[in-house]
Amino acid sequence: MYFSSLAEFVAMGGHGVYVWLAYAVFAVIMCANLVVPVVQGKQRVRQLAQRLKREETAS
Amino acid sequence: MWAFFHKLGSPKWFYDIAGKWIPWFGALAVLALGSGLLWALLFAPADYQQGNSFRIIYIHVPAAILAQSCFMMMAVAGAIGLIWKMKLADMFLKAAAPVGASFTFLALFTGAVWGKPTWGSWWVWDARLTAMLILLFLYFGIIALQAAIEDATVAAKASAVLALVGLVNIPIIKYSVDWWNTLHQPATFKLTEKPAMPAEMWMPLLVMVIGFYSFFALVMLIRTRNEILERERRTRWVKDILMSGGR
Repeated sequence: MYFSSLAEFVAMGGHGVYVWLAYAVFAVIMCANLVVPVVQGKQRVRQLAQRLKREETAS
Repeated sequence: MWAFFHKLGSPKWFYDIAGKWIPWFGALAVLALGSGLLWALLFAPADYQQGNSFRIIYIHVPAAILAQSCFMMMAVAGAIGLIWKMKLADMFLKAAAPVGASFTFLALFTGAVWGKPTWGSWWVWDARLTAMLILLFLYFGIIALQAAIEDATVAAKASAVLALVGLVNIPIIKYSVDWWNTLHQPATFKLTEKPAMPAEMWMPLLVMVIGFYSFFALVMLIRTRNEILERERRTRWVKDILMSGGR
């Protein structure tokens, strides 16, 4: 382990703000990349399934 | 080979196989990104000049590599779509654009955050940085084309042409650090030479690159599957999936 204490790890030798800002944006972008298509896909499937059922009952 | 290529043209075949691959790529991404992050943040030594701000490399370099290779894949898909009219290639091209844009943005953002303590500036109009910004605009261009053109076939053709034309930017990004006098440091990984860093620094980077690629594969499988359902929604097999309540 490179750091000897938690405080040292958070401080990153005085560069904590930069390192953690970069890693925070990384986390947000990765989560968004995964969550957005999964949620959109589920919504669209529900929407299309409803429309399909309506069409089948109409005909 | 041709049988595989032929199958690849079938959206239904790809939809099924992609569903089977998703958990594997998900597991690989979690494993590689998880261990890579722990390694990068906790165990890798600090740089003797840059101190701990150098740890940004572990997300900056994989994001930049992926941003470029995603664009190359889109150009290849575009060419396949134009030449062989393969629908799946069109779908891949459309699905990849927002992902590539997000990684380009991540590379630019982490670069800026790294530049501030290292170069003393968030942004310089350096050749490498400017070429990456152009890459981001190329991605925006493809996203805009897809959004503006309603006919999916026409949108795919226009995007493919833009992806192929935009391909000239990729070698410019790659060789910008050699062609111009620049602040940006040269490539970390080269195919022909050993990295200029010690192993305890570049090994976590390699793990992160593998993690980014697995994550990209995972996201692309999910997005391409969504795109298949959308484009093939009038076919019998998609209707069957929809009636049985989803996947």
